[in-house]
Formats: sequence, C-alpha cells, structure tokens
Amino acid sequence: MRQSLKNLPAWNADAHLSHVVKSMPPSGIRKFFDLVSEMDGAISLGVGEPDFVTPWHVREACIYSLESGNTHYTSNRGMPELRDAICDQVRRDLKLDYNPAKEILITTGVSEAVDLAFRATLNPGDEAIVPEPCYVAYAPDIVLAGGVPRMVPTRLEDEFRLRPEEVAKAVTENTKAVLLSYPNNPTGAIMTRADLEDLADVVVENDLLVISDEVYAKLSYSVSHVSFAQLEGMKDRTLILNGLSKSHAMTGWRIGYAMGDSALVGAMTKVHQYTMLCAPTMAQVAALEAMQKGNEEMLRMRHEYDLRRRLFVSGLNRIGLDCFEPRGAFYAFPSIQRWGLSSEEFAQRLLLEQKVAVVPGNVFGQSGEGFLRCSYATSREELIEALDRMENFISGL
Amino acid sequence: MNEILEILSENAKATPSEIAALLGRSEADVAREISELEDAGVIKKYITLINWEKLDNSVVFAVLELKVALQRKTGYDAVAERIARFSEVESVRLISGDHDLSVTVRGKSMKDIAYFVAEKIAPLEGVQSTCTHFILKNYKEHGVILTEKPKPKRLVVTP
Repeated sequence: MRQSLKNLPAWNADAHLSHVVKSMPPSGIRKFFDLVSEMDGAISLGVGEPDFVTPWHVREACIYSLESGNTHYTSNRGMPELRDAICDQVRRDLKLDYNPAKEILITTGVSEAVDLAFRATLNPGDEAIVPEPCYVAYAPDIVLAGGVPRMVPTRLEDEFRLRPEEVAKAVTENTKAVLLSYPNNPTGAIMTRADLEDLADVVVENDLLVISDEVYAKLSYSVSHVSFAQLEGMKDRTLILNGLSKSHAMTGWRIGYAMGDSALVGAMTKVHQYTMLCAPTMAQVAALEAMQKGNEEMLRMRHEYDLRRRLFVSGLNRIGLDCFEPRGAFYAFPSIQRWGLSSEEFAQRLLLEQKVAVVPGNVFGQSGEGFLRCSYATSREELIEALDRMENFISGL
Repeated sequence: MNEILEILSENAKATPSEIAALLGRSEADVAREISELEDAGVIKKYITLINWEKLDNSVVFAVLELKVALQRKTGYDAVAERIARFSEVESVRLISGDHDLSVTVRGKSMKDIAYFVAEKIAPLEGVQSTCTHFILKNYKEHGVILTEKPKPKRLVVTP
C-alpha cells in the first residue's frame, strides 16, 4: 500500500451529505415505531395500509406471469394493457377521457408520482401550496425538487376541508401549484363538488396547477368521490395521481399512476425514465389483473371498512374522543383538546399505559396538533378492544 | 344480501349491539329484525365452525353420492327427506350431474359409516346405488381456510 494511504483519519461520511437532505426533519413516527415494536400485546391503530392481504386472484396472476418468464422491462410509461385498463376505469368512474398513449404514466407507487410531479413542474424557488394536516411526504418532496412548500391549515370546524380563502392567502407571485389530497390521510376528510368549485375560482385566478393525490378515492363512504379534474374546464390544469395500494390492498406492490395533460405527463415520464425506467413488471401484471377483475374484492373490502368505520367512530364519540364523521380513507381523527395534553404526550401515554398505538396528529403538520390519527384498517375485534383500552385511559386522565 | 345476515353468517356470536354499531342502526331495531328472521325460519340455527383435525378423538366424515329412482308425485323429496332424518346425516342436497343426491355423513370411524350406509341407506326403496367417499383432509370449510398459515405482519406504525 502506498505510504500516503496509511493511517488516514476516519472518513467523514456526514461531510459528504447534501445540505437539503441533512436539513430534512426525521420522521415523526419513528419513536412510536420503536416503542410499539418492542411491546408485547400492543394494538396498533397506527398502520397506514390495509390489513387485507392482496386478493388471491391477483397474487395468482402474478405467480403465473413469473412462471411464464415475464421478467423484462416494460415501456417507460408502463404496460399498454394496464394503461388502457386504467383509462377505461377512469372513464367509467370520473367520466373523463385520457389518452392511454400519452396522458398516463405508470409509476412505482403514488409516492413516485408525487415526487415526479414536483420535479417536473417546480423551478428553484417555486412555491407549492399544501393543505395540512397531510401525508408526510409532500413537503420533503417539494424541497427535494428545489421548491418551497407553503403549508395552509385546515380545521375541525370545516371538517378539515380546504377553504379557498386559505389558498388565496398563501398565494405569492412564486406560487405554481396547489396539492389536493382527498379523501385525506390523516383526517378522513373529503371535498365535495361544491367545495372544489369554490376552490376553482382561486385556482383559475392565480393560474395554478392542481396536483390531486386521489389514492383513497375508491374508499369513499356513502358519497361518490369527485376529482378536481371533473370540474368544468379544470381537466387540463389537473394532474391526477392514484394507485392500487389502498383500494386493492396492494401497498407492497408499488403501483401508482399519473394522469393529465400530455406535456405534464411527458415531462414526468422523462424524469421517470432516467430514475426508475419502468415500474416493476410483475407488479404491473398484478395491477392489470386487479384492474380487470378485482372490482368485487375491492367492494368487499370497502364494505368491511365502512362497517368498521361506523363501529369505531361511534365508539370514539361514545367514550368522549370527539370525532367528526370521516367519509373517506380508513382514518378517524378524534380531538383530544379537552385534556390539554399535546398529541405526542397523549399518544405516548396511551401506548405506555394501555398499549394502544395511534399516531399523534402533529406528525402530519401543525394544524394536526390536538388530534390523533387512528386507522381502522384493523380487525373489528382489535377495534373493540382498542376502544375499551382507550376508555380506560381516558377515565384515568 | 341482508346486512344483518351477512354479519351473522360470518360470526354467529355477533350481538345485536355490535351489529347495530357496525351498521349505524339502533340496537332495538337490529334485535327486532333478528327475531323476525328467526321467526320466519330464515335464520335456522347459530353454529360453530370446528376444526376437528385439531382434536385427538377425531370424527370421520364421508360424502355419499346416491342415484335415486324418481318417484311419481314426490320426485326426489320423499327419499331425500327420509335420509335427512338419520342423525348421522349432516347434509342432504339434490345435485345435478351423474348422481342425484349428495349426502354428508358423520361417524366415529370409517367402519361405522360403512355399516351405516350398508344397513340404512343402500337398502332404502328408491336408492339405486351408493358411492362412499371418505373425507381425508379438510382444507376449507364455510369460507374459512383451515390450513392457513399466520398472516404476514405489517409494519406496526406507518404514515
């Protein structure tokens, strides 16, 4: 070995990290994850994915495809049959026509679609408006794309729907886009057609792009999901992001898609081809099966969530955890403000004293403080037991 | 399907108060509907699904395929109802295809069942032939996979 390479000081990896990544806050749920993992007999209402295993016919189709040796790349945009199937479904559900050749991109989960949407549209310093509380990835994705997230609050008294005034207030000359995420994680809130129409004025006035994460759209209860793209004249400026993770219990497969104007989707496809090439082929095959033949299983799972939703939300209100009626996703977002504890204190004590894990609302942004995110994507028996334990906890406060 | 029946068909132990919570209805309302369904004979019985293979003193089941001569006026009913009265018989169904009746029989041993078929079923007037299939292993019953391995775990907390 050369003399100069001997006795080197320890290499400092930290000094080689990007400032942007270094300044990102660590995930707020890490602490709970560690606590719950080490605990015996804990019931977790902290899981943001279905408890159902992917329906067998979907798994079976994937296995058969693997046996047939279907292991190659697909086109960058995704398998043509899958794009066709998704466009067909969107035509049925939303009454909107998208061209499967250039207005849709299959992504590796909706997460990738969110990342691509920001990277394809934001220039350094461009701002994107994001309603809070919200899923944890939007703001970091905007920052990684060189943009600036502008968080705007939503509130319990509005059932966590986004008010157009809040968007108008946050608009600056640098605002380029507004992100919508309804049905919402973590609140379970939805936006009705009228709510979206109110918002459209602000959007048009400020010439904003609307990035609409609709991954929970199929999980809407006693209302039909309305997409911003369905509003008169709004299709062109709306980018719909969706996927099969929640609706078809396919989180681990990582299949999502983006739909919209061909220039937007084309720009995203460029980034996608250099970073992902294509979504995993076996997962695309499974997604095709789910799209073509999975409707009944999807409805069966949705029906079960709906039963649990009624059971759980009425249970929360009965034991004093006041909760508005969530009409989408699989989350309830009860208020804990009457006890004067922070969300984090409440959640930590609930876990340590009664072994029920929930996610403190502030993890999803400052306007989530004073609330808990409770997922009802868990068995009825566990929900009933969790309610009992939560009642015990509250009676000791 | 009736939502109450759907819940009860999955869990006979579901109480009216639990069902009411799941459906967003009142307990009294649900209890009333259940007793109406009982009175009308729609709900016949509340039973337990048992995985007999977990027990040592196991029970033997067999499926019998019977060819039956059609009777004037009563069709298959007379002989089917006659067979149904034996306490050893768990189910009797009229089926399409090669055979006419499919009968599930429960006994303590294969010999037990074989004698039962020979002494009670085969000689019945109208029964032309019997074919006994002993059940060797039960994989799925009443929509429940009995051989299922534990569910894979999810991450305990995810955003």
